[in-house]
Amino acid sequence: MAAKVNARTITDDELFFGHKACAGCGGSLAVRAALKVLGPRAICALPAGCMSAVGFNFPQLCFANNAIITPFAATAAVLSGIEAGLRAQGKKPEDCTVVGFAGDGGTADIGLQALSGAIDRNDDILYICYDNEAYMNTGIQKSSLTPFGAKTTTTPAGKNAHGCLTQKKSLFEIVAAHGIPYAATASIGYLPDFMGKVQKAASIRGAKYLHVIAPCPTGWGCGVDETVEIAKEVVDCGLWYLAEYEGPQVSGVPGGKFTLNRDPKEFTSVAAYLRRQGRFRALSDEEVASVEQGRDEKWRYLRSL
Amino acid sequence: MKRFLSGDEALAEGVRLARSQVISAYPITPQTVVVERLSEMVESGQLEAEYIHVESEHSALSAAMGASATGARTFTATSSQGLLYMAEVLTYAAGGRFPIVMMNANRATALPWNIYGDQRDSLALLDHGWIQVYAQDNQEALDLALMAYAIAEDPRVSTPFMVNLDGFALTHTYENVDVPEPEQADAFLPPYQTSNCFDFEHPVNMGYSAGPEFNRYFKYEAHRAMLGAVEVIAEVEQRFADVFGRRYPGLIEAYRTEDADVVLVTLGSIAGLARACVDERRAAGQRVGLVRIRYMRPFPARELACALAGAKAVGVLEKDISFGAEGTVFTNVNSALQQAALPVPTLNFIGGLGGDDISLDQMERVFATLENVSRETSRVVFLGVNDAGLGETAPRAAQPAASSRSAQPAASPRAAQPVPANPAPAEANDAEGRR
Repeated sequence: MAAKVNARTITDDELFFGHKACAGCGGSLAVRAALKVLGPRAICALPAGCMSAVGFNFPQLCFANNAIITPFAATAAVLSGIEAGLRAQGKKPEDCTVVGFAGDGGTADIGLQALSGAIDRNDDILYICYDNEAYMNTGIQKSSLTPFGAKTTTTPAGKNAHGCLTQKKSLFEIVAAHGIPYAATASIGYLPDFMGKVQKAASIRGAKYLHVIAPCPTGWGCGVDETVEIAKEVVDCGLWYLAEYEGPQVSGVPGGKFTLNRDPKEFTSVAAYLRRQGRFRALSDEEVASVEQGRDEKWRYLRSL
Repeated sequence: MKRFLSGDEALAEGVRLARSQVISAYPITPQTVVVERLSEMVESGQLEAEYIHVESEHSALSAAMGASATGARTFTATSSQGLLYMAEVLTYAAGGRFPIVMMNANRATALPWNIYGDQRDSLALLDHGWIQVYAQDNQEALDLALMAYAIAEDPRVSTPFMVNLDGFALTHTYENVDVPEPEQADAFLPPYQTSNCFDFEHPVNMGYSAGPEFNRYFKYEAHRAMLGAVEVIAEVEQRFADVFGRRYPGLIEAYRTEDADVVLVTLGSIAGLARACVDERRAAGQRVGLVRIRYMRPFPARELACALAGAKAVGVLEKDISFGAEGTVFTNVNSALQQAALPVPTLNFIGGLGGDDISLDQMERVFATLENVSRETSRVVFLGVNDAGLGETAPRAAQPAASSRSAQPAASPRAAQPVPANPAPAEANDAEGRR
């Protein structure tokens, strides 16, 4: 394995630039950082979503490496096809990672079937979900990764409901339940951790899945200079977690092995995290308390793994 | 070497001989035998290819597109609902100009659920940018698998290619098929070479978006490429004849049309029965002919106009209906006649829906109707439904017991959906407009 990527060793070369993402976009930061780790031989596949909408506008194309737009539901299937095509022709370089970047809706909703299929086949691909917790490209509509209480344009905060009524789907666990060789959660607020996981994933053959929280100031109702800070805070307050799953073939453990990369003794305030974002503005104190209670239950589960 | 093969098997042999490198497919009746045979070929090493066991048709074509984007020769196969499920990806593959070859087993579309043959599935998707060809027999199925790649991969075309086989009538019916030797196939079809693929030395972005200021150029180019396929099809068929000694007739196959007063236009395997009927009527002194449409896209407007120029009546028999209008092939044929300023009366015969048999008796009545076409004839006729009195004025073979074919299924007391009404009375024709 190559030397660990960190602030000192990371390349100055850019592979994703010149795009028109919103100021403070967390998703574009995730793509940019991941590609710095994966290098110019990476082949990217991106479905309909923010990153393809901001990066693939003919004639201004923003990937310096090979890249393609996929049908919305088909990120993982196109990745499988690319990988198989290269292999069938004997022209896949050792340092080529076939990598997908899809949003939370493109992954947890419409793309889940294709993702499950690719993991089942254990195709040698890396799937990265940049999770900004709603369909941001179409103008902030609820996805199954939108957290409870978040106001979106399809879960308005009104008299009867204060935003999203469902809980965030546990996609990391769903992916891990496939027995995938490697899966991990990350946050663009903890970039070295994320880049390390990208690097680790690239070194493993078979299917890999990374789930990186990537705040969207436009949709979350926060300042464009707060993206990284909020991405840290969501981890620090315990509403997101940094973890890894190594499947049986990688860990040697029957059923695979979970690792919590950060297990804080004390969490920062959930209320402070929620209250600084416009999307949670309508939540009552009781609802905030219920979010905190949900966090504690989730952590009891995580610590039991 | 002659082998006794079903249409599905013949097609699979063609894909093997074409040395497809990536196969991604999802099973659906009546396509399944194709993917079973290909799986066996990959397992045994007869075919050196990656077989991707996708979880849906949508992923099948998406994976094929990903593989094609690396420069690999790719194949998928589907049918009916599966084709509709991948419809979204049809436009991606066509717009990306990926020369994927797909076999579609023509099958009815739900509801009512039905696994048998008709052509509503592919004809509903004519506008999605794929070349569409309809085979008549199993030899043609095998040969088309080879020619499909030669045509689709030609840089002047670079367009995906759909080979249609009538469900069961071809896919599951056995015929003697000449299976070429690999050396012959290799001489005909060289490996796929393209610049429309990823390149590690000079990376490319593919499948981008293009706004209103550029979109029309991409679409115009795709249209031009499809029109250009006409010339390439002729070249490829010539080369095919040179290598294999079998000659195909281009976009359409005209049979005894030279001096024909009446011409029936159809497509797929039913052309065999129509040809037999033409021979019978010719023997009886009737000047009738047949046009079998092979390619629906690119559409053979010019070829049809030539073949139909002398006709006094033209019928279109198809296993398809665009509800509230007419058969889609009929619409296309009428457009060709109108463009060529041929004011010939045309009738549309809808038959074979959901695997319904089209009998020789019905075929004879179709021709008899065309021979005696009048203003009273209904323009759109559903064979076995509103065809009462059809062709009655013409000399006919003795009516066999097959008239029971017009009997309707009994209404099930538990059917929640509206069940078919009793045989439609002749008055029902009024709803469709008379000539």
